[in-house]
Amino acid sequence: MSAPNTQQIKDFLVEKIVKNYSGFFDKGTADLLAQIKREKISHPVVYIGMGTCGLIAGSDKTFRAAEKYFEENKVDAELVKVGCLGLCSAEPLMDVQLPGKTRISFQHVTEEKVEDLLNAVFHHTVMSENAIGQYRFHSHEEWPGLGYIEQLPFFALQRRNVLRNTGNISPFNINDYLANGGYRSLFKTVLNYTAEKVCEIIDQSELRGRGGGGYPTGKKWSVALNTGSDQKYLICNADESDPGAFMDRTLLEGDPHRVIEGIAIAAYAIGANKAYIYLRSEYKQSLSILQNALQQAKEYGFLGENIFGSGVNLNILIHQGAGAFICGEETALIASLEGGRGIPHEKPPYPAEKGLFGHPTIVNNVETLANIPAILENGPLWFKSIGKKGSTGTKVFSLTGKGVNSGTIEIPMGIKISDIVNSIAGGVKDGKKLKAVQLGGPSGVCIPLKDMETEIGFDSLQVIGASLGLGGLIILDEDTCMVNLCRYFMEFLQKESCGKCIPCREGTKRMLEILDSTIRRPKEEGSHDTLERFKGVVQLETLAEVIRDTSLCGLGQNAPNPVLSSLKWFREEYEEHIFDRKCQAGVCHDLRTYFIDPELCTGCNVCQKKCPENAIIGSVKMPHFIIESKCTGCGICFDSCKFSAIYFK
Amino acid sequence: MQFDIEINKEHVTAKKGETIKNVLDRIGIKVPTLCYMNGFSPTGNCRMCVVEVDGIPGLVPSCSHPVEEWMKIRTHSPRVIKARKTLVELLLASHPNDCLYCERNGQCELQALAAELDVRERKYQSKRNSNQIDKACPSIERDTAKCVLCGRCIRICDEIIGVGAIDVIGRGSESRIGTTYNKGLNVRACVKCGQCIQVCPTGALSEKQTFQSVIEVLNNPDLYPVIQFSPTVPASIAEEFNLKTNKDILNLFRAALKKMGFRQIFDTSMAADLTIMEEAAEFTDRFNKHRSLPMFTSCCPSWVKFVEDIRPKFLENLSSARSPQQMMGRLIKQYITSSAGQKSKNVFIVSVMPCTAKKYEAGLDNQKESEVPFVDAVITTRELIKMIRLLGIDFSGLEPEPNDSAFSIRSSAGKLFGISGGHLEGVLRTIGFMMTGQEMNPLKINDLRGLKSRKETRIKIGKHFINVVSVSGLANVKTLLDEIEAGRNDIHLVEVMTCPFGCINGGGQPKGSDEKSLKMRMKTIYDVDEEEIIKVAHKNPIIKDLYEKFLAKPNSDRNKELLHVSRCPVEL
Amino acid sequence: MDQQFINILSEYPAGKKEGLLPILQEIQKERGFLTEDVLADVSLHLNLPINKIYGVAAFYDQFHFHPHGRNHFRICNGTACYLFGSSTFLKELEKQLKVKAGSTSRDGKFSLEIVTCLGSCDQAPVILVNETYYTRVTPGDLNKIIHSLKDKEE
Repeated sequence: MSAPNTQQIKDFLVEKIVKNYSGFFDKGTADLLAQIKREKISHPVVYIGMGTCGLIAGSDKTFRAAEKYFEENKVDAELVKVGCLGLCSAEPLMDVQLPGKTRISFQHVTEEKVEDLLNAVFHHTVMSENAIGQYRFHSHEEWPGLGYIEQLPFFALQRRNVLRNTGNISPFNINDYLANGGYRSLFKTVLNYTAEKVCEIIDQSELRGRGGGGYPTGKKWSVALNTGSDQKYLICNADESDPGAFMDRTLLEGDPHRVIEGIAIAAYAIGANKAYIYLRSEYKQSLSILQNALQQAKEYGFLGENIFGSGVNLNILIHQGAGAFICGEETALIASLEGGRGIPHEKPPYPAEKGLFGHPTIVNNVETLANIPAILENGPLWFKSIGKKGSTGTKVFSLTGKGVNSGTIEIPMGIKISDIVNSIAGGVKDGKKLKAVQLGGPSGVCIPLKDMETEIGFDSLQVIGASLGLGGLIILDEDTCMVNLCRYFMEFLQKESCGKCIPCREGTKRMLEILDSTIRRPKEEGSHDTLERFKGVVQLETLAEVIRDTSLCGLGQNAPNPVLSSLKWFREEYEEHIFDRKCQAGVCHDLRTYFIDPELCTGCNVCQKKCPENAIIGSVKMPHFIIESKCTGCGICFDSCKFSAIYFK
Repeated sequence: MQFDIEINKEHVTAKKGETIKNVLDRIGIKVPTLCYMNGFSPTGNCRMCVVEVDGIPGLVPSCSHPVEEWMKIRTHSPRVIKARKTLVELLLASHPNDCLYCERNGQCELQALAAELDVRERKYQSKRNSNQIDKACPSIERDTAKCVLCGRCIRICDEIIGVGAIDVIGRGSESRIGTTYNKGLNVRACVKCGQCIQVCPTGALSEKQTFQSVIEVLNNPDLYPVIQFSPTVPASIAEEFNLKTNKDILNLFRAALKKMGFRQIFDTSMAADLTIMEEAAEFTDRFNKHRSLPMFTSCCPSWVKFVEDIRPKFLENLSSARSPQQMMGRLIKQYITSSAGQKSKNVFIVSVMPCTAKKYEAGLDNQKESEVPFVDAVITTRELIKMIRLLGIDFSGLEPEPNDSAFSIRSSAGKLFGISGGHLEGVLRTIGFMMTGQEMNPLKINDLRGLKSRKETRIKIGKHFINVVSVSGLANVKTLLDEIEAGRNDIHLVEVMTCPFGCINGGGQPKGSDEKSLKMRMKTIYDVDEEEIIKVAHKNPIIKDLYEKFLAKPNSDRNKELLHVSRCPVEL
Repeated sequence: MDQQFINILSEYPAGKKEGLLPILQEIQKERGFLTEDVLADVSLHLNLPINKIYGVAAFYDQFHFHPHGRNHFRICNGTACYLFGSSTFLKELEKQLKVKAGSTSRDGKFSLEIVTCLGSCDQAPVILVNETYYTRVTPGDLNKIIHSLKDKEE
């Protein structure tokens, strides 16, 4: 059989696969499909993770090294650029698949390792220090002595629905998505379902928005569908600007067509013929992948005029954000799309009734939309069977911080926080103790150890005062100062407040000032100062209440969360900072008290010369001494000592 | 649709579509606000007006939240009051501590709120904003340290004046109201109208004050200070000092000015008559020649600046006549040097105007003769009020001062210049006479009266129909200019006033003018017109005399040099 | 206005405000930063007061009004980078480069910017110098980076 050309593959995929959603194929179809899916290969295939995380870790160099290897060795091999598998801490990731054998995954494959690694594979051995596992596949010969990827603790508890393709298929080639069932749901939807029916299906699935608010998606769509207007808009909110959250990027870079298909179905459901993807400006890689994907989808007739001959039209435009956290808020996002300052406005009216340019507009988050194709494919009951009551389906998280593993994960709703920490993240790095888990981005909360058994879900988290947020999950170890962390979040929020309403603009700034004074060395040692600082902490609670009560948008309403939660669960740390002027974790430099270890001090005199307060005394070649009352804790001596003789408490 | 809601445990009827604040206003419950502006859609910036609504977790802003059938509202519960108080305390944390020395002391909305909410200590200690006063603009001064970012100035500048000279710059707590590249307010877009001052709740915006230097002049024995006043000023003074606005008010007003030390007092309305003569002649000429129509009036310096800087295409449509203030200045300087034996350099002409842009106008290069300005200092109505108080003038003890100045007679047409539509009415009366040789009948043009931002009518003069438009609120002019640019060619004469409803609501008028006081001021002026015998400029004997002895024919080349300016496009 | 600039403007319909952000983004991509005369031309094209354009531009972190230094440091201050001590690195950079965050040194050699997240939390702390990423940066690494760049500039 001669290899089919591009046009033939396209026709085959569109006619035989996309338009056949029964899932039953004749043998010839199944054979060709297996080839396109790279299940049946005649030459080696190498997959390299080229998401932003991979690129930063140097995967483009790895790619070139692999390319060079095959050229030099005159091996006819296919190199596939894939998105991020989620295990970012293992990047650069490289998978190798030989004909007839299972696909193996290698971690930390920097360019210099490529040659040895590939040589080994071609000699049918694997370098075990780099191999993380193999993919199970029924008809492929297994590599001996190598575990399965899905059994790795990082993957074992995951349930990958929206991340199903991410890291496995090429985000640059629409055929990969089509071969894996892509755009079948869109085809089914526009030809078989009314818009009302789609809203009903989504409503039945009990899918709730993944952008933080958790509003039922189907209900939201119905409002827009039932608001009369000649023009409606769908906006995909990809302005993921939580520091430490990158799951939307993983999705967009790994499986862009899933999001595009979700947008197309959502637009159909509300009657919109124009959609925008509001993309965070920093996401350059996502931008080029999305642009390419949109172009391909248009060429295949999945977007544009008269989709699948149904008479339905849809244009999707990418609008790049310009770096403002607040634009994640839907009304601010709309203001920004209209070309103005990203300032939120009062709701009601809700965008579903009066949004972009005054027309009904639905703003959905990337992950919400990425869930849509599978719900249409498998039905709402299937979706409801995952997760738990009130929180159906899965949730994608960005796992960062002090865990052993970090990356993007997808778990079924309802598993415990401790499972994520202990199994998926593999516990805390360097054998340190877990202190808390921070959930929900900068305006999220720190969950203390006692609540680690809480299940992930909208309502269960609310019980302990937390919320899912966008899905940033940060593991904090014993070296974290909760006051300092809280100050960090407050600094972020006050910088990112749009400045429109008084409580958020002034309130977050005052909170930051109070926290600043808590982590700073007091100007005078008198009790008056301590009292003032203590009063400040008491004021934090009043301020928090008023900011929450009166702020215009979600940013302000949630801004006090880090303060409230840290005050509630880690109050002793605040007291320690104020009364004892100590930071146990040693993070707050100002509160450090420095000492010189006479055993280690050589009397070199460097610290004495550098001390701006003349707080160090001692003669040459004799151990020096720090006068505590004079020391301001600047740490210059600590940095300048070459003999590590200076330590702090 | 009507339904019941519960407010502070009482049943109240509300209509669908109303906001909570609408209902509260109706039933006499006051909620504080710093950003709300009557007639504007609410923005919800200040959160002062929040109320508690059962079933909604946070507090809701009453200015923007619509009433709903089930609502149970508490407007002054302890939780609400605590929130409002905290908001004020937050603002005060960084606000300069100089209320006693502030321009707005006693009239500041923030100060009043702090008192109302019983704020008794500086609860949150923060670094105070340092005063960085923007003095770049000849008319308006800004002190961003006192700004509470309520956004009112931006909205009036955007939506009513339509020039967008200021905006919030930056984000979060770094937000400041400012201009491009944080340069001062002396930007091209700003038309110096001072409407922003009118809406500012604090002392962040004020006119560039010159009254101190006027007081110095009054005390300088070498100088000969005289003053001219705009037709709108006496009514505002009466309002401020609770005087009856009868015929005597002008004489009382003159008496006050005399007491302050002004040697001679002139009513700018007389120069308005002169403006009418020149404009009417200019218009008749253009009308007959079908040239540069429609003709736009040019008495409002903000409007002139707008054309020069923003829509220079329409420069040729502007009347070339100087504004009454400048004509008056020029006339009295010449008159006093020749009659009172004063040297030109010793005559100091002050003008008191309801306007901040007049300060800018008086300083323009084309309003000077050999470097000497026609008007030496312009003060606003507000500044005059300050001076009256500062110099201890007590109206109750004043004897009305008879009108004895040289240019003592004015027609009521000139007086009408203070109201939108009035300038047109005044000038049309003379146009009618000039074109037909007969007085118009009736003189009163009802279509041009009333508090409307745009008034359009067609006047029959002889065998001609003249289409006239009166527009106030500069933003509305933009619409008209767009219409004309799009090809509308039936309009002949347009009167433009930058401030909504004209100079009675000018940027230099006492603050807090509401519709009631505007109507009052308007009535005062129209009453004068009712009672006046000389209702047209061309019958003013002084005007006649001037044209016979001193000036050439209206709109003649000789007068051009004296009473007109050349409108050359400003380099963009 | 040069041709390149005219081309950018012509892609967006005159008088349509929604074109503002993309226009500014494209101009900045070409020019490096936004100048007043550029904003004035955009103002004419979109029929928006220039001050409104500046107001919009100054709202977003992406736009800047002064040129970057030849060596532009972006230090990530995302949560992960914070946990791994990015604030210490920031202080160190400010000290050694003699620039404040958000500004450019007077000689135009260095500029420093704090960014929220560079998207590589697993390799924190991250510093981006021009187009080069430095990951899992240690104080020693930082010194090396600074010295090599300073030497290059000498």
